[in-house]
Order: sequence, then structure tokens, then C-alpha cells
Amino acid sequence: MKKRTLSLILATALVAGSLMGCGGSSAASTSAASSEPAAEPAVEAQAEAEPSSVLNIYCWNEEFKTRVKDHYPGYEEVDATHGKIGDVEVAWNITPNENNAYQNNLDETLLGMENAEQNDRIDMFLIEADYALKYIGTDYAMPIADLGITEEDLANQYGYTKDVVTDGNGALKGISWQGCPGVMIYNREAAKEVFGSDAPEDIQAKFADWDAFVASAAELKAAGYQAVSSVNDTFRVYSNNVTSPWVVDGKINIDANIDKWVDDSKALVDAGYAGTHDLWSDDWSKGFYPEGKVFAYFGPAWLIDFCMAADTEGSIANAGGWAATEGPQGFNWGGTWICAAAGTDNADLIADIMKALCCNEEIMIDIVKQDNDFVNNKPAMEAMAADTSYGDAVLGGQNALAMFCAGADKIVMDQITTYDQGCNEEFQKAMRDYFEGKLDKDAAIAAFYKAVVEKYPELTY
Amino acid sequence: MENAKRGKVVSYNKWGYIFLIPFVVVYAVFQLIPLVSTFYNSLFENYRSGLMQVGPNFIGLKNYVTLFTNGDLLIYFKNTMIMWVLGFVPQITVSLLLGAWFSDPSLRLKFQRFFKTVIYMPNLIMASAFSMLFFTLFSDSGPINSILISGGLLTVPFKFMSNIWSVRGLVAFMNFVMWFGNTTILLMAGMMGIDPSLYEAAQVDGATASQIFFRITLPLLRPILLYVVITSLIGGLQMFDVPQILTNGTGNPVRSSMTLIMYLNKHLYSKNFGLGGALSVLLFIVTGILSLIVFRINTRTER
Amino acid sequence: MNTTVKKKSKGLPIGARRAIAYAVLILVSFLCIVWFYILFINATRSKGELTRGFTPIPSTHLIENLRDGVFHGTLPFVRGMLNSLFIASCSAVLCTYFSTMTAYAIHVYNFKFKKFISAFILAVMMIPTQVTALGFLQLVGKMKLENNFIPLIIPSIAAPVTYFYMKQYMESTLPLSLIEAARIDGSGEFRTFNTITIPLMRPAIAVQAIFTFVSSWNNYFTPALILHKDKMKTLPILIAQLRSADFLKFNMGHVYAAIAFSIFPVIVVYLILSKFIVGGTTLGGVKG
Repeated sequence: MKKRTLSLILATALVAGSLMGCGGSSAASTSAASSEPAAEPAVEAQAEAEPSSVLNIYCWNEEFKTRVKDHYPGYEEVDATHGKIGDVEVAWNITPNENNAYQNNLDETLLGMENAEQNDRIDMFLIEADYALKYIGTDYAMPIADLGITEEDLANQYGYTKDVVTDGNGALKGISWQGCPGVMIYNREAAKEVFGSDAPEDIQAKFADWDAFVASAAELKAAGYQAVSSVNDTFRVYSNNVTSPWVVDGKINIDANIDKWVDDSKALVDAGYAGTHDLWSDDWSKGFYPEGKVFAYFGPAWLIDFCMAADTEGSIANAGGWAATEGPQGFNWGGTWICAAAGTDNADLIADIMKALCCNEEIMIDIVKQDNDFVNNKPAMEAMAADTSYGDAVLGGQNALAMFCAGADKIVMDQITTYDQGCNEEFQKAMRDYFEGKLDKDAAIAAFYKAVVEKYPELTY
Repeated sequence: MENAKRGKVVSYNKWGYIFLIPFVVVYAVFQLIPLVSTFYNSLFENYRSGLMQVGPNFIGLKNYVTLFTNGDLLIYFKNTMIMWVLGFVPQITVSLLLGAWFSDPSLRLKFQRFFKTVIYMPNLIMASAFSMLFFTLFSDSGPINSILISGGLLTVPFKFMSNIWSVRGLVAFMNFVMWFGNTTILLMAGMMGIDPSLYEAAQVDGATASQIFFRITLPLLRPILLYVVITSLIGGLQMFDVPQILTNGTGNPVRSSMTLIMYLNKHLYSKNFGLGGALSVLLFIVTGILSLIVFRINTRTER
Repeated sequence: MNTTVKKKSKGLPIGARRAIAYAVLILVSFLCIVWFYILFINATRSKGELTRGFTPIPSTHLIENLRDGVFHGTLPFVRGMLNSLFIASCSAVLCTYFSTMTAYAIHVYNFKFKKFISAFILAVMMIPTQVTALGFLQLVGKMKLENNFIPLIIPSIAAPVTYFYMKQYMESTLPLSLIEAARIDGSGEFRTFNTITIPLMRPAIAVQAIFTFVSSWNNYFTPALILHKDKMKTLPILIAQLRSADFLKFNMGHVYAAIAFSIFPVIVVYLILSKFIVGGTTLGGVKG
């Protein structure tokens, strides 16, 4: 009796397991694929003849998916992670960035490409500037010229968006539909209360450079406001205006402007003008609401429209209570580049998606109008900047595009390295101890070196 | 009887080996091989930089030298132990107290079933979810701070996450809440095994409850108490999820809540099988020594 | 047991001790349950409500959070729950069955290496999984078992801690004469194990099944190293992903809903099996 019960449980479990194995689409069965090497050549031979039926796209959030869904003609959504273009099935492999999960997953898949079944292979993947070189420098990303995208197609793009994805031999290996120039986004109510005006030119005068910034921060503090939520808000502004890279000849290098960020930030924290929270934490985002008493955030278009809780009742963004100004220095934050994976068999479709979203002016203007994104098309953006009928609701109807355009022109991304992501992250983490008085500056920098070498054992300091 | 049994059993003894096969095979494949390869790897330089594999190059004991010379190992060991002690002291105290009350017939506590069921429940929450909750509760603008401020106990928010001892304290507190139920269950098992006539005799002699506890329960509980201490100590050495999530993987402030396994996890970022392997071997040695102690205790109490 | 023994001691009167005991127990129970309450409350609140601080009153967004975060989000939570259920159930069944078998081998039979094996198992009982994680990962890679449940389930067959508990339990509840009697009746060894030993061991199996199920259910470390495909992922991995997710759509309400969703089955399993924890501990205990 008991024996039967147990074997019944076991049998049920096994059946359940095998059902789960079979229930999914062909994409689920790696083990099956790898155990049948004999079948491989046949699959490949077939693949050369006609494009495979699955377009695998690797990304870390839904931004690109939304763009494709809303703006690529012919895309039909099937469910949250699947779509269809013609008779090609589009599979979205979305792995969030947390704990480096996106890159770990992407790396493993790229490295295992030779053994993967045709329909499991990556066709497209997305990257960010901070780690772009990690992929651009390898053969896993395909030069976009090989896809049939010409110089001419790219004529209207901002130069820096090309620099980021150009490899050592000058080959362009990625493309982006957006530009991410950043501005200072300030609270209109607070501006009126403390400075007597919320007009961008008046506020710009109060925050024209870092000295003015500190002076104005003192006025804000007297009125109970923090100038910025956290000193990490200003990190990008400094780190995008460096004159030397994070790593020089295998040795970790701290640029003078990064050093200035440390000193300026320490002063801000000591004076009580800013906090030390990590970005994206609850404490950091409390300033999205009036009672958070934060004067300004630094960020690009996507921060304004997607991250400042515009859809939440009671937030400043919801009431259109923000305004934008250039701030002390121009900078770039974020941006997503699309790469084609070498060996893809859907090259034509990929080229078409890239051209549509990143080169087609009509579609790109649509993206601006519908999603308030800042697109990678200089003439289009400049035309929009002059358009008085356009305005961003979060910014109280302000048309901030002229500022973004001016910012985008000035962005220089010539100091990027493969190590930027780890260095930027670890530097902010390590300096927090210094800002909070737990360590002196030298000790905090030593802690930073140590943390970077843990991530990148080949580096020295 | 004794004779007859022995005679029969001998012919069945090959079944002893047969029944051991699943354990031995699985153990050898999934534990021994990894253990050996971890040790083997620790002698190589072997990591990944970006998408490029570096090594494996044989470098002898250099990974161990690196670990010892940068001197952090001892600090992380110390952190781990401090947080374990901070959590274990209240854990064992509360568990003993509850165990004594539950097994004390003169108290005749009602709702015992309910209480016994409830105390294990925190263990059901994922450690990561639990520490995420704590992170939110104790953030600068979180509910705990707003309660303290509105209650007049504080004027400015206390930065729990920026203070060495508050972070360690929170980690310890979480471990305490998650594990005291488990410990209580184990201790109760031991307490209920104690001959009730001992208690009755003591009560007749007029001993107080605390005298009974300290003179009878505690000494008789020594073996299981030691077992609990050492298993918990080894569990403490494995501390990872709670401080990892609470401090966002940094172990800050000043890495004062970085545990040994969190440190190991850092080397997994670059797939650093060499340095990570060396660290694993050291951990193995430490736990090996502790296991030996458990083993000694167990063999002594069995016979 | 005679509970009417007159107390003439100088200690606290029984009433006061009982009052203290209840007070402490209520406090402790509060400490145990309050987290579930907070999780539940938070699961009912919207993203905006959550960023604006905590209140003890439930809100109205539970359905919405479950729908958008769990059932119709980009992460396959229902699938994840099935995966988790499958892995945790199989682990619990295999772990308890084979640990009992191992303990049985040591308890019932006499053979040459018995001493050595039992000493060995005790010696390796405490090796933390993380120590061998690197080697384990490489092994799994070589065996091409990534994105496969096997490396998460099969190793639970060799669980020294469970074995140890089973052996202790057998010593107090499984008389050798019983097995002897079965043999006289002509029962084979394997059959005796399945039909006599396993039923007798039920309370111990239940206790260890809970422990194994819960720890497998909540395990993040190993599955995160092995499972990379969305369809194969377990709940803890999905929650970690949701938590970090996408600041474009980041919503703590969804995260809490997902946590509530994933805790629910464990609570059910626990409550079903808990009578063994509450009642069965005496027998499994180490005798002084």
C-alpha cells in the first residue's frame, strides 16, 4: 500500500516533469538539442537556405520591445514575450540587469552559440555605453555595414552614438535610435518659493557652474530643500566630462574631474545639501513627491518620462511640476544600442528593423511625439525643438528639446573602456563611506581599487 | 535472542552495501568531484575578462598567498562571526526559554499548538525577500524612522544602513527571527527526552522552576545543545542572502558586514575559479575542523 | 505525571510565571507573524502608495498587482511556480526516501565499512554548498546539465544532515526485532524497507520533508547559477529579477505580490505537515 503511494507520487512527479519539458516550445529543450549532435549539420544546411523562423532578441527591459511594437510596421504582439513579424516569430529574452544577470546570460549564450540549435541562437542583442566595448571589441557583434546599412543611412545621427560602438579597427558594430543628453530637472514649486521664479533662464543663472550650484544649494537648504536627492545624481555629470579613461595600460586611473566630484560631493554632504543614497532606492526617489523636498534631479529624456512616477497620483511629475535647464555641465546618461549577433540568419530583417527605428525620420518623429524619447536624428530633433506646439506634460508643457539638442552636440564619449560599468558602480559605492565619514578619502579610494580588482583581476593600481 | 539475530543478519549484510549505493554514488558525483576540482582549480590562474578567458595557467599556491597577504580574509571572518554571535545569543536564549516552558508540565500553557506552529514560520519566507523587507522598513525615509520621529524619539532619521552596528544588528536580528523556531524544535525534542521522574523528584524536594532548569534540564541537554551550537556556527559561516540583499552586495559601510560567502560571491562575477577556489578550500578547512568537533561530540554521546 | 504536587518553593508563583510566559510567547508570535502581514499589506498597495510610506491598512490593488506583476507580466511566474513545485517536491521525496534508506543501511546491517561510512558521512555533514559551488558549476557545465533540473534535484539524494536525523530517529523507533519478524514472514529486504520501515518513519519523514521542501523552495544560490532560461527559472530567481527589473516599469507592488504568491504554497505545505513538527519532535529527539 505505502509502496504504491510512494511510487505513485514519484510517477506523478516524473510525468509532471516530462510534461513541463514538452509543454514549452522548441526553445525550452537545450539538453535535447545538445544530446543529438548528429542532427546539427542538417539544421545548419537548412538554415543557410532560408531564414530561421525565430528572431531572438536579448535585452534587459521592455523599452526596445515597446518601440518595436509601437513603431515597427508589421509587428504583431502575441504575448508579453513573443511577437510576430510576417511569418517570423520574435522571441524577447528579457533578463534584468540586477547582479549583472543580463550580461551573464548574454555571455553564456554567446559563448555557447556554436552548440546552440538554430532557433535558440541570438539574432539581436542590446547593449549600453558602460559596457559596449566588451561586446563591440569581439567578433560576436556584426559590423552593421555587413547588414547593408550605409554611411548615408547614418548621416543624421549624432556622432557620439557612433563612437561608442566603433571597434578598434573602425568598424561600426551597433546602432541606436536614441540620444541621451542629460539636463537638470528641477521642481517648479520649489524654484518659485526659493528663487522667486521657475523660468529656466533664471534657474540656469543660479546653477550655471558648480560654484553657483553650491551657493544656490545653501539657499535651498535654508528653505528646507535638498539641492539634489543624492550626490550620486551628479556623478554622471562629472564622469561624462573626463579627459582620461578609467583604465590606462591595465592600470586603474582616476580622472581629475572624478576627483573633483569626490571633493565637491563631500562638501555637499557635509553641508547637508544632498544625501548619499544609491540611485533607484526608495530614499533617492522620495523627491519625486512634493513632501520629499528635493529641488533637482539630473537626467535625460527617459528619466523624466519613465522614472519620475508620472503615472502616480500626487507625484510632482503627475502634476507637470518639473522644468528642465542645462545645469552646470552637459552630460550623457544611458542610451541603448542595438547589435546584430554574428552568424544570425535573419540579417535582412535585422537591417530593416535598424533602419526603420534608427534611420527613418518619419518613424523617429513619431517616437518623439508619442513617447517623448530623444531620437538619434539631428535634423529631426532640431526641427522639433523649434516646434512650439510640442511640449512635455511632465515638464508642465515645456519644450526642452532645444536644450537636449545643444547637449547632444557637445557629448564626447572618447574615453570609454570595457571596465566603465564596474568602475562607475564601485566608485560610487566606495565613496559613500567617505561621504558618510566612515573612511578618509585615501582609504575609500583604496577600497575602490580593491573592489575593481575583484571584478577585473587583470587590472592593477 | 541476541544470538539468533546476529546469526540471521550476517547473511543479509550485503544489503547494507546495496542500500548505500544511491547515497555513495550521488555523493561522489555531485559533492566529491566538485570538491576535488575546486581544490585543483585553486592552483590555477583562471578567470574571464569580458568575453575573454584568461588561463588556466598553473601558478601553484599563489592564489592562497594573494588571499592571505591582502589581509581581508580575517576581517570577513570576524564580521561573519560577530553577526553570528549577535544573532545566536538571543536565539539560544529564547529557544531555551520557550523549550523549557513548553516542556514544563506545571505551567500547562494553552494554545501550545499554535505557538509551536508559529515559531517556525519566519523560516518559510525567502531570506532575500525578508531582507528586502527590512531594507524598506529601515530606510532613511522608511516606516521605522517615521514611527521613531513621530513618537518623539528622534528628530532626524537614523541612517540604519550607514552605521556599522545597525547593519550588523539588523542582520543578526533577521537571523535570530528566522532560526529560533528551528532551534526551539530541536531543543524541545531533547527536553522531552528527559525522564519526567527527575522533574517530579525535584519538585517534591521543593526546587524552583529556575533551579530545575539550571540543575537538571541544562546539564542533561548538553549534548544536543552542543549540536545546536555547532550546526548553527557552521550555518553562520555560510551566511549570505541576508547581508547580501540588505547591503546590496557591498557589505558596507566599510565592508563591515561582508561575510566570507559574500566575498566568495564577488569572485564569481569574473568567473574567477582560481581565487574563488582557493577561498573555498580555506572555508572547507575551517568547516572541516568544526565538523570534526561535531563528530567527536556525537560519537561520545552515542556510546 | 502528577501535576497537583504542592508548590512550596520561594520561586515566582505559578500564575506570574504563566503570565510572563504568555507575554513572551505573544511577543514572539507577533515577531513571527508581522512579516507576513506587512508583505500582504504591501502586496495590496500600488507603486505610488508604496513610495509614500507604510500604512497598516490594506489597500485595493492586490488583484491589479497580481495580474500585472505575476500573471501577465514579462516574467513567467506561473511557470516558475510549477518549476519550483516540481524541484522542491522531487527533492523532498528523493531526499527523505534515500536518506531513510542510507540510515537504514547503517542502522540495520553489519558490514565491514559500516564504521567508516558512518564516520565519513558525519565528517562531511557540514561542508557548505557554496564551498563546492565552483566545482559543481564546472561539473554541471561539462555534463551539459545547465538549464536542467537534474543538478538541482538529484544531489538531494545525498543529504548527510537528513540522514543523521533519520538515523537518530530509527534508533528510538525501529526495533531490529520487527525487521527480523518480517524476514521470518518471507519478506525481501527491499520490501521490508518499503512496507515496514517507511510507514514507521512517517513523522520523521514529514519533518524532514518540510525542511527539505522549504530550503529547496527558497534556494536562490544554486538555481541562479544553473538556470538561465526564463522557462526553467524558479520563483526566487524570478523575484530577484522582478525586484531589480526595469526602472521603466519598476513596481514594488508587483514585487510584493510576487513574494506573497510564492510564499503561499509553502505555507500550505507547512500547515499540512506541521502536526508532525509539533507532535513528532519527541520521538525524533536525541535521548540524553
